[in-house]
Amino acid sequence: MINTILTIALALIFLSIAIIIYRFMLGPSSVDRVISFDMMTIASISIIGIISYMSDRVIYLDIATVYGLLSFLAVIIIAKYLEKGL
Amino acid sequence: MELFGALITLLGSIILLIAAIGLVRMPDVYNRLQVGTKASTMGTLLSLLGIAIIHPTWAGKLIILILFVLFTNPVSSHVLARASHYINIRISKRTVVDKLKVTDRAFKVGEVKK
Amino acid sequence: MKNYITIFVILFFVWFLLNNTLQVEVLIVGLIVSALVTTLVGVMLCVKCNVFSDLKYTPKAILNTFIFLAVFFIELVKSNIDVARRVLAPTRPINPGIVEVKTKLKSKFARMLLANSITLTPGTLTIETRGDSFFIHWIDVKDINVEKASNELIRKFEKYLEEIYD
Repeated sequence: MINTILTIALALIFLSIAIIIYRFMLGPSSVDRVISFDMMTIASISIIGIISYMSDRVIYLDIATVYGLLSFLAVIIIAKYLEKGL
Repeated sequence: MELFGALITLLGSIILLIAAIGLVRMPDVYNRLQVGTKASTMGTLLSLLGIAIIHPTWAGKLIILILFVLFTNPVSSHVLARASHYINIRISKRTVVDKLKVTDRAFKVGEVKK
Repeated sequence: MKNYITIFVILFFVWFLLNNTLQVEVLIVGLIVSALVTTLVGVMLCVKCNVFSDLKYTPKAILNTFIFLAVFFIELVKSNIDVARRVLAPTRPINPGIVEVKTKLKSKFARMLLANSITLTPGTLTIETRGDSFFIHWIDVKDINVEKASNELIRKFEKYLEEIYD
């Protein structure tokens, strides 16, 4: 029962990532693409959390933390680059 | 109890789906940022909270992850909004007022007069 | 001094949550590592970091912290209902604009918390801070006057943050 509900949740998050990829290809400016990238990362953190429960490995949560940290730094650096140039 | 946690995770994924739809439907960068930040923060928060309810021994790491997302996501959206205003991204035609642009222009005129 | 004690407590709390155990050896290693990192930050890396030094630890401030958190989470839920309504409605009911509000807060950390709270509340997004002014993108502009917009948008958080910080 729980696994079924979690599988439906995974499918919904994958569907949302597919919709975000549409905006990623469409996006008229570079900032739109950065926003899409950021939101894909956030959705991926949810996916990693659910998969870590379904395969029963706590180590995946550490990977999610590091992944979020790297994406945050990447967004900050890209915004800094767009604003003034490195 | 476990069923309750699974339903909270499902609610979080539905909110993430709403965020994705909003990202496609909104007309300009700032509105996309608004929708994206709020809904994706709440969606991830609810998904991880649901996992924490299902599996309470992992709650520590999940709480750290939730706090991390809650602090960093608004900061990154703020930085992106500032950068997009700085490089003059086209703003939607439905915008009513842009006080930041007015202030910038006054600032520049004042500098020229000095 | 208060600054370093706060950093130490936060580091040790993160260590405890990451290890998720009550074994004495792990806790002792955590204490040593937290003390080491706090000294390193205080002595070598950044001497002028005084982010936490204007926190107050009176009972009134702690009570206000909990009220602030409660208000914040209620606003977060409200903002998501609002976002869902705006996204799924067929006519896209938006009326966006950038307005200016003035804050009375002086502390840097309190201003960061205020900006983050504004970003997560219904229909607002902080874009730029200049001096005492915050420039806010508002998805449904009701009033462009500075005073009235401040009352509408930030007063609900500011009155608690004023009690917590100097």
